[in-house]
Amino acid sequence: MNAVRRVALGVWDFVVGDDWITAAGVAVAIAITAMIASSGAAAWWVMPAAVLVLLVQSVGRALRGG
Amino acid sequence: MSAAELGLAVSVFLACAVEAVEALTIVLAMGTTRSWRPTWYGVAAATVALAVVVAIAGPALTALPLGVLRVVVGGLLLVFGLQWLRKAILRAAGLKALHDEAALFAEESERARAVAHGPERAGIDPYAFTVSFKGVLLEGLEVVFIVLTFGANQHRIGLAAIAALAAVAVVVAVGFAVRAPLARVPENALKFAVGVMLASFGTFWSAEGAGAHWPGGDAALLVIIPGLLIAALTIVSWLRRAAASRLVERSA
Repeated sequence: MNAVRRVALGVWDFVVGDDWITAAGVAVAIAITAMIASSGAAAWWVMPAAVLVLLVQSVGRALRGG
Repeated sequence: MSAAELGLAVSVFLACAVEAVEALTIVLAMGTTRSWRPTWYGVAAATVALAVVVAIAGPALTALPLGVLRVVVGGLLLVFGLQWLRKAILRAAGLKALHDEAALFAEESERARAVAHGPERAGIDPYAFTVSFKGVLLEGLEVVFIVLTFGANQHRIGLAAIAALAAVAVVVAVGFAVRAPLARVPENALKFAVGVMLASFGTFWSAEGAGAHWPGGDAALLVIIPGLLIAALTIVSWLRRAAASRLVERSA
């Protein structure tokens, strides 16, 4: 394994950890916020709503051991 | 100092204090069971490595346009914060072992005693050097990540660095005064608070970076932080009730 790959994996593990689904959910929520904001509508509510859903889902997955 | 700056200073101080307590446990275990000289060399080498990371990543981050910085760094902070908060919720609900510095110190010391003193390199015990280096580097990387993300997003890296250094100084001073791991620091409660702060700031900045406008501007943080805290505490209470009712069902 070369050094770049090791560093990339280290960074991934450091930030994302064992729950990539939450990371993907955050990315999707940011994209939805950007789409709504670019249409001129209020988009501030998307991230808090997404955070609550992602947190509950993440805790649920941890309990199921997934 | 604005509400956001105060939140930045408090969040960075608490997060860094928690990480410093964990690093201190490792350093004390190595120093007291092996030898202080290689332990200090390990701490110094890790500090230099962390300074290099800051010197490279700091200017690179602050050079980014604010919108890009907020969406990327806010998103990373949110992912990182949600990870931290999930573990804190599971600990608070009794579903994950609590962080116990006294137990970790005993474990680390036992492991250090079990490893034979091999040949020294340049008069240094390589085990004590490596363990203290890795311990300080890994805990320090979290500190650096938090300082850079918080500091860069508000263009207050100086304030974030001062808060971090103050936390490390307080922990080191108290740790070396008592010559023991800081087991009485309410570490699990601090981790819970830090998780809430990281996820709250991550939510705020990532939404702003994506183009959303918060009602009330920075003052929205005064709603987001307690809102997320209440949500997290509600999850803890729900998990505790669910665990208790499962216990009753089993014993019935």
